[in-house]
Amino acid sequence: MTALAPDAARPPLKFGRIRPGQILIWTVLLLGGLLMITPILYMFSTSLKTASQVYDLRLIPAAPSFDNYVKVLSDGNFMRWFLNSSFIAITVTLSNLFFDSMVGYTLAKFEFRGRYFIFLAILSTLMIPTEMLVIPWYLMSAQLHWLDSYWGIMFPGMMTAFGTFLMKQFFETVPDDFLEAARIDGLNEFQIWWKVAMPLVAPALSALAIFTFLGNWTAFFWPLIVTTSRELYTLPVGLSSFSDAQDTRWEMIMTGAALATIPTLVVFLVLQRFIVRGVMLAGLKG
Amino acid sequence: MTQGATLSDAAPKGRVWDRFPIRTKRVIWAWAFLALPIIFYGWIRFYPTFQAFWISFTDWDILKPAQFVGLENYDKLIHDPAFWKVFRNTFTYLIIGAPVSLVVAFAVAYYLDRVRFMHGFIRALYFLPFLTTAAALAWVWRWIYQPVPIGLINGLLAQFGIPQQAFLKSTTQALPAIMVTAIWAGLGFQVIIFLAGLRAIPQTFYEAARIDGLGEGAILRKITLPLLKPTTVFLVVFSSIGFLRIFDQVYNMTSNDPGGPLGSTKPIVLMIYQTAFSSFDMGYAAAQTVVLFTILLIVSLLQLWVLRSR
Repeated sequence: MTALAPDAARPPLKFGRIRPGQILIWTVLLLGGLLMITPILYMFSTSLKTASQVYDLRLIPAAPSFDNYVKVLSDGNFMRWFLNSSFIAITVTLSNLFFDSMVGYTLAKFEFRGRYFIFLAILSTLMIPTEMLVIPWYLMSAQLHWLDSYWGIMFPGMMTAFGTFLMKQFFETVPDDFLEAARIDGLNEFQIWWKVAMPLVAPALSALAIFTFLGNWTAFFWPLIVTTSRELYTLPVGLSSFSDAQDTRWEMIMTGAALATIPTLVVFLVLQRFIVRGVMLAGLKG
Repeated sequence: MTQGATLSDAAPKGRVWDRFPIRTKRVIWAWAFLALPIIFYGWIRFYPTFQAFWISFTDWDILKPAQFVGLENYDKLIHDPAFWKVFRNTFTYLIIGAPVSLVVAFAVAYYLDRVRFMHGFIRALYFLPFLTTAAALAWVWRWIYQPVPIGLINGLLAQFGIPQQAFLKSTTQALPAIMVTAIWAGLGFQVIIFLAGLRAIPQTFYEAARIDGLGEGAILRKITLPLLKPTTVFLVVFSSIGFLRIFDQVYNMTSNDPGGPLGSTKPIVLMIYQTAFSSFDMGYAAAQTVVLFTILLIVSLLQLWVLRSR
């Protein structure tokens, strides 16, 4: 696992050994990387321009102004969508951290008849695409009056097979001796899991949290289907309808897109190493 | 055990529990932990799966009760030219999108792995798009593809005197234009996973190969690529499934005529969405989801098969 640390020590290049080829590779990689963030840069740039400056394709606006941001935010719905998305992503993430690790722990550390069957059953749900379930989910939500509600947006993702599998893999690396010692100390099984085992898999929990949060923050398909009133839109769905209504007012569309992007960018800049390591961890184990 | 329980009826409740052997207690704990999740998976995953199959055999518009029609929906699907167009579009996204994104991601990761100077910064540049919301950035890309005097690419082309391109308004260029957006959005994830895979290869392998006098190309072919196979297979399947299920970009980049122009960019998930939630032809839509499920299942089974034959 140490090999996964993104900045794991590789022998530093000795300066005497730098060849022209390496400089060329470095330059090409940097230019490619700058090309990758060009859409993001232009999104911010255009969001700072006025309607008449949009046609000026310079990256640095002639007279940058935050007027568009004030306009979009005072729209009223935007703040609401932002809060909706935050609430939904956080709730679903907490639910996954709790239940996926509880099931993963049980499957990794308990012996009982039917364990393998339960594991296979949960794993098999990975094969079922969301798209196949949305029609039954929609009908179920209609019957139970879950349409157009936070619960309706959240319920399909409250537990995931991916998270369960990831956590099971990590709990298997926890030595049984630790758990046995806690058992002798008189802790019950719930306390052993919560107080002893959980802290030992903290890196996996953070990886799962990052994935679940990001997945729900950007989720589009199901929230688009299940919500109909504007107050309940998530940010991506709200943004889509907002942008559609703006017609060709690109500076407003860009401002909306920028507002949806800023939170994840800020979190990324603060937790960069953490996130990259989490993605590596989840990607390799999952 | 039952006997022990009845005998201790008079004792306080905790005593009954105390009489269970440790093993039995742990089994009870295990099922207690699993109780809620079993209900969840049964109710929210398994039951809807079977229901989707059932609905695909019915004619149902939600208002009238569902009517069993056997394989009629599938028969209609096979003879629906719109479906075959969607089928072709979906596989175009897959067959071009997945290989292109994987080759580019591998090349970036392979060279970035050797770069020490500003490594973290360059990696962040490639990774950033992965953290953006597809529905938001699809609109930015839509702007990029606009004709002069708005769009970025046509603006650049005009400066160099190159003819304007229609991009999203053209039946031949719209699909590749959307595909570029999808590749761009997923590239950073693939680069990071490839980097992790490359890191996991022990340095000693490379040192041994260099001592044996293998060149860069030979090391890549004989050591890096074979040892990277699990990572590559994972990413092939992950990105294939991603392209087969493409929706967010298409929906947002063609929202004035979803899947247009003339259905030339419409993937299967968009067709499902429109059939189910615009036409409310639930039976027909369910049949389409079963087809998507079958395709994804074949892709996943291929992965297992490739991994086994190692």
